[in-house]
Amino acid sequence: MAEVVSVMTESPAGGRARAARTVLGQVVLPGEELLLPEQEDEGGPGSAGERPLRLNAEARSQVRVVCGPGLRRCGDRLLVTKCGRLRHKEPGSGGGVYWVDSQQKRYVPVKGDHVIGIVTAKSGDIFKVDVGGSEPASLSYLAFEGATKRNRPNVQVGDLIYGQFVVANKDMEPEMVCIDSCGRANGMGVIGQDGLLFKVTLGLIRKLLAPDCEIIQEVGKLYPLEIVFGMNGRVWVKAKTIQQTLILANILEACEHMTADQRKQIFSRLAES
Amino acid sequence: MAAERKTKLSKNLLRMKFMQRGLDSETKKQLEEEEKKIISDEHWYLDLPELKEKESFIIEEQSFLLCEDLLYGRMSFRGFNPEVEKLMLLMNAKNKAEEAEDETVELDVSDEEMARRYETLVGTIGKKYAKKRDRANYEEDENGDIKQIKTKKMFLKPQD
Repeated sequence: MAEVVSVMTESPAGGRARAARTVLGQVVLPGEELLLPEQEDEGGPGSAGERPLRLNAEARSQVRVVCGPGLRRCGDRLLVTKCGRLRHKEPGSGGGVYWVDSQQKRYVPVKGDHVIGIVTAKSGDIFKVDVGGSEPASLSYLAFEGATKRNRPNVQVGDLIYGQFVVANKDMEPEMVCIDSCGRANGMGVIGQDGLLFKVTLGLIRKLLAPDCEIIQEVGKLYPLEIVFGMNGRVWVKAKTIQQTLILANILEACEHMTADQRKQIFSRLAES
Repeated sequence: MAAERKTKLSKNLLRMKFMQRGLDSETKKQLEEEEKKIISDEHWYLDLPELKEKESFIIEEQSFLLCEDLLYGRMSFRGFNPEVEKLMLLMNAKNKAEEAEDETVELDVSDEEMARRYETLVGTIGKKYAKKRDRANYEEDENGDIKQIKTKKMFLKPQD
């Protein structure tokens, strides 16, 4: 927390643009402007004089940079729209990916995200699905594996749906599907009976879905279980007994603010019982 | 006098087809221009400066999937849902494709074991397809393996 304060006093949002490279891993604030490595020479206003003149300014390599969630392109400028730590991924090709690792609970639909939705209404050809966004998503009854006009999928109001967004932008109603581009379900569709659905923060979901997440590896050793993570912060868990399901849900909820040692303790205690 | 007469005639009248012949080129042009103006006034268009087609080197992408290499969202452990476990391997294989290549292929049955098994199998299957009178030719040895002990009888051409 002390770091946050120090950063804020140093550069209030809306101050002079900072170079993205120098603030990696630090807190950035909405409204702040960032400079990409190749823009650094041009600099913000006033900085041009300080820098040595570059002879090959014309020939500098223009690499494509991807700005992820929390950043927005405005002309040639890169603006921050969310508060959080600036992250960067080294590129396979191009200039890499910058994004803001932010903490939030509110979900905004993003194209391509896998989410868990609850069917709230059936109307004609589409289902209305609550995904936790500002507006319910629409889901065509044809967007299931093997569904045809004659062969409708068996989906009831109240069912849980694991699906993917194909349309998600600020101007239109989000649209979901439960098939991939090849027409296969690939695990999408109605999530099975029973189980428990609960909500966690969006940050925790990303933490748990990270490829080298210790929590999930530990949890997987406990007992037979099944988990579904939606990028909208919803988690569905199921184990053999209700008790095991509840334990699982409690662990996943609690592990967000635990240190590695605390986690180890809990898991060793669980393994004993 | 001519100028006086022109002012008298209304524009709408001058625009009519039968009036066109008598008009001089100047007034004709003027009328045409006015007509164009009316048409273009009725057209709706966005009063925007022309879009500069400048290639941008910043690409916007609002999904965390691309940034953080997240795993597939369905998981099953210790055989709770075999279908999902298969799917997990499939969906998460993209990230681990390189690792998987390094792993040596583990065999369920070693080559030697397989050869030994097939050795005995030759006799067993052979017996199955043998005719009843030939079946005596197959005898079990002490290991329980079935082997053909006699060669098949065949016609021997007598020598003169």
